[in-house]
Amino acid sequence: MSEANVAATVSAGSGRRRPSLAILGVVPFFVFAAAFLIVPTGLLVVGAFQDAEGGLTLANISKLFSPSILSAYAISLEISAASALGGAVVGFFLAKAIVSGGLPAWVRPAVTTFSGVASNFAGVPLAFAFLATLGRTGLVTWALMEWFGVNLYATGFKLLSFTGLTLTYLYFQIPLMVLILTPALEGLKKEWGEAASILGASSLQYWRMIAFPVLWPSLLGATLLLFANAFGAVATAYALTGSSLNIVTILLYAQIRGDVLHDQNLGYALALGMIVITGLANVGYIWLRAWAERWVK
Amino acid sequence: MKRSTFGSWASVAIGAIYFLLPLLATFEFSLRMKRGVYSFEAYRIVLGDVHFQASFLYSVVLALATIIVGAIIVTPTAYWVRLKLPKLRPVVEFVTLLPLVVPAIVIVFGHLRMYNSQSLLPLTDSNFGTDVLITFGYVTLSLPYMYRSVDTALGAIDVATLTEAAESLGASRFQTLTRVIFPNIRAGLLSGAFLTFAIVIGEFTFASLLNRPAFGPYLQLVGANRAYEPAALAIIAFVVTWAALGLMQLVGAARRAVTK
Repeated sequence: MSEANVAATVSAGSGRRRPSLAILGVVPFFVFAAAFLIVPTGLLVVGAFQDAEGGLTLANISKLFSPSILSAYAISLEISAASALGGAVVGFFLAKAIVSGGLPAWVRPAVTTFSGVASNFAGVPLAFAFLATLGRTGLVTWALMEWFGVNLYATGFKLLSFTGLTLTYLYFQIPLMVLILTPALEGLKKEWGEAASILGASSLQYWRMIAFPVLWPSLLGATLLLFANAFGAVATAYALTGSSLNIVTILLYAQIRGDVLHDQNLGYALALGMIVITGLANVGYIWLRAWAERWVK
Repeated sequence: MKRSTFGSWASVAIGAIYFLLPLLATFEFSLRMKRGVYSFEAYRIVLGDVHFQASFLYSVVLALATIIVGAIIVTPTAYWVRLKLPKLRPVVEFVTLLPLVVPAIVIVFGHLRMYNSQSLLPLTDSNFGTDVLITFGYVTLSLPYMYRSVDTALGAIDVATLTEAAESLGASRFQTLTRVIFPNIRAGLLSGAFLTFAIVIGEFTFASLLNRPAFGPYLQLVGANRAYEPAALAIIAFVVTWAALGLMQLVGAARRAVTK
């Protein structure tokens, strides 16, 4: 039975008669959501517009534009954008390869299963894995030196940097892209490709003129989701860099721990800024997904 | 359309190298503790460490508590919304997706502001209170996954007919839920549960900021002070994640086989 059918059956049932009592059934859920999700977040938003005495002010918001905080946001935005774009591009080619690449049947479940695991393999262990790989004594660092005579660290590479963190984030960003994009790629009808090739289109022309115009809202939407995903990440960066890299989640972490900004309300404003950025990314994602669904059915 | 599989193979091969190399490197590194020979020394030390055992056990219990509380909150709600309040479904769905919009660090910041020792409900005053708070915090984090698994499972069964059948046989609401609905969506619940387990077991931000002795902060502490043990721990964490999500896929496959 489809969802629409269930909904139709259900609304035709007894629910209509006593909506006032039926609503009681979802009270526990909304109480929980209010107590542990909505009100706590709301309190931070309110706090962002208050001074230390509780009076209304915009001073906290304007203090966000001080150079040190602005640079924290900037580095976070850059890393999130770079890892989202990188994850989107690589993830797209990987998803395309397993959906329509003509590979043996075992490849696809292998890749999607691994993607499910890798997209959840974030946080502290991921940082350890990259330290063991690309750290100063890491295997790849050693192999490059031993086999190719390339001293990675002499080239200015550092794991505790923009490049290093982006490379590490890709480990959960690419699999996430594969998981989100696979259904969208499946929505591309086989007939479109066949029709295009009968009319003499090359593979490139097919992608540029048919598949991409249909796919781009899904692609862009998924990229925004990846962006939000990276923007809120704390543990990987913290375990990898300690507090040496000035990204906004690390700054907020230090602020919650020990009020490093010496201003509680500025801390709330910092959190508000994060909510606004991830919120915009998600609104964009939802909007684009609704657009994409008009085409890919 | 001319189809060459070379590009596809190249994509998969590059992906495989990027994804397998760090695992290989980590594993190799974890074996290097004794000079000159490969050994499982780092694993022996880690597994024998009482702090490892205590923090891992703590996180396992926390994960189980999260799964139970999450199931108790999500299942009746999803069931009730499908049965009686279909118009409310988008609202409930939106709320369950909020934890993907609001970063975890912001949620825990909010909890610390709302439930600190000067607040009306000072949960952070006692260890037990903080454990309750962190469990509820993890339930919010698992909400998107738990709700989606349960709601999809409910969509696959005929909720209205099952409920009517149960009621005409004299079952109470509670009995319908526990004896009819729960068993029918077991697979969905399990898949949500395994994903929740994978998320909670190594979670760092909540545990660290609420000062609870969980596995995530333990990992971070070892990482800051030791050389080879972190690599062994990373491998252990990867195996645990793999096991949890592998079981989830298995349950999902079993469910698909049943519905077919």
